[in-house]
Amino acid sequence: MSDTEVHQTPTGAQQPVGRAVPADEPTGDALTARYLTQLADDALTYAQRLGEWVTNAPQIEEDMALANVSLDLLGQARALLTRVGQLDGTGRTEDDLAYVRGEREFRNVHLVEQERGDFADEMARLLLLSSYQLELYSALLSSADETLAGVAGKAVKEVAYHRDHADQWVVRLGDGTPESSARMQAAMTRVAPHVAELFDDDPVSVAAAEAGVGVLPSSLREAALAHVAAVLAEAGLEPLDEAPRWRSRGGRDGVHSRPMGYLLAEMQSVARAHPGATW
Amino acid sequence: MSEQATQGLGRSDQPSGPDGARKAEQGWPLWEVFVRGKRGLSHVHAGSLHAPDGPMALRNARDLYTRRQEGVSLWVVKAADIVASSPDEKDSFFDPAADKVYRHPTFYDVPEDVEYL
Repeated sequence: MSDTEVHQTPTGAQQPVGRAVPADEPTGDALTARYLTQLADDALTYAQRLGEWVTNAPQIEEDMALANVSLDLLGQARALLTRVGQLDGTGRTEDDLAYVRGEREFRNVHLVEQERGDFADEMARLLLLSSYQLELYSALLSSADETLAGVAGKAVKEVAYHRDHADQWVVRLGDGTPESSARMQAAMTRVAPHVAELFDDDPVSVAAAEAGVGVLPSSLREAALAHVAAVLAEAGLEPLDEAPRWRSRGGRDGVHSRPMGYLLAEMQSVARAHPGATW
Repeated sequence: MSEQATQGLGRSDQPSGPDGARKAEQGWPLWEVFVRGKRGLSHVHAGSLHAPDGPMALRNARDLYTRRQEGVSLWVVKAADIVASSPDEKDSFFDPAADKVYRHPTFYDVPEDVEYL
């Protein structure tokens, strides 16, 4: 969780959130496609990051656990990106969208693209993201887009398990040895600046919510952070810093922090070197 | 298993040297995992794993042994808590049953119209 300070903005400074959205805002299917892209890119990017833990987790059992979470997210991203290709009129496949889009076309939040830190950093990030996603997909069960409602139905169960996994570890590390507690606390401090972006009401989400397809991110905040607060309390950690010195923003507009380019370079290198290759 | 886990702890962002983390990890107890395939069947031993405590062992078991829908129920038991027969006692424990065929229900005529027997 480092290196995003180039994009830092003082917490108090109010900026128009939608500054990079074109004036001709998408509607109908194009809007749904744009909204689904945001959800898919969160899942895809984080799946890629979590995959890095295989062979690197503290235990081989944990390698498997994080790989399972990664594959759940990858499955969500695949279903959503396939739907995006159907809706946006370009006829692109899930692979086209995952492997041939450029950095500015990815709409994920900065939280998921940050470099892999230590294990406590990952559990902090997983706790925040899964708490957000559980509220998100629970609300999307009644989405007007049937594919999205279907993905949400499957994702709710998956994400509930991801959140439980993070809960378990945050409590154990926070309530463990002096060193584990200090490192878990430090990880929560590092993750805090990336939390607000999850709950920003970006113009696409607002329009999608009005159309009955999406949900307002700000409406998820209270429940998601209440869960985080309960876990931190049980772990004996300090409450989440909701007014950090700086905060990330821009992911939904395709403006990313430095790690994103490297992540995409690794994720896309084979597909770009051998276009259309199959096995 | 322990070899790979030890390598994982050797990563550059971990404090290296004679660290307590490695010792603590080696101290994680071994758990035996039992999976029930479906309703009506018994739990069957599937394998073992390391975990710091019961709830984590259960979750690790879910991730390691039910990835392909192998089960509807899981048990984990600390390997140290299992009282097992010893190979040395095999003769006295099991051989005396060998010549007692009358313990098998093979000396009865089953009526033809009795199903499911």
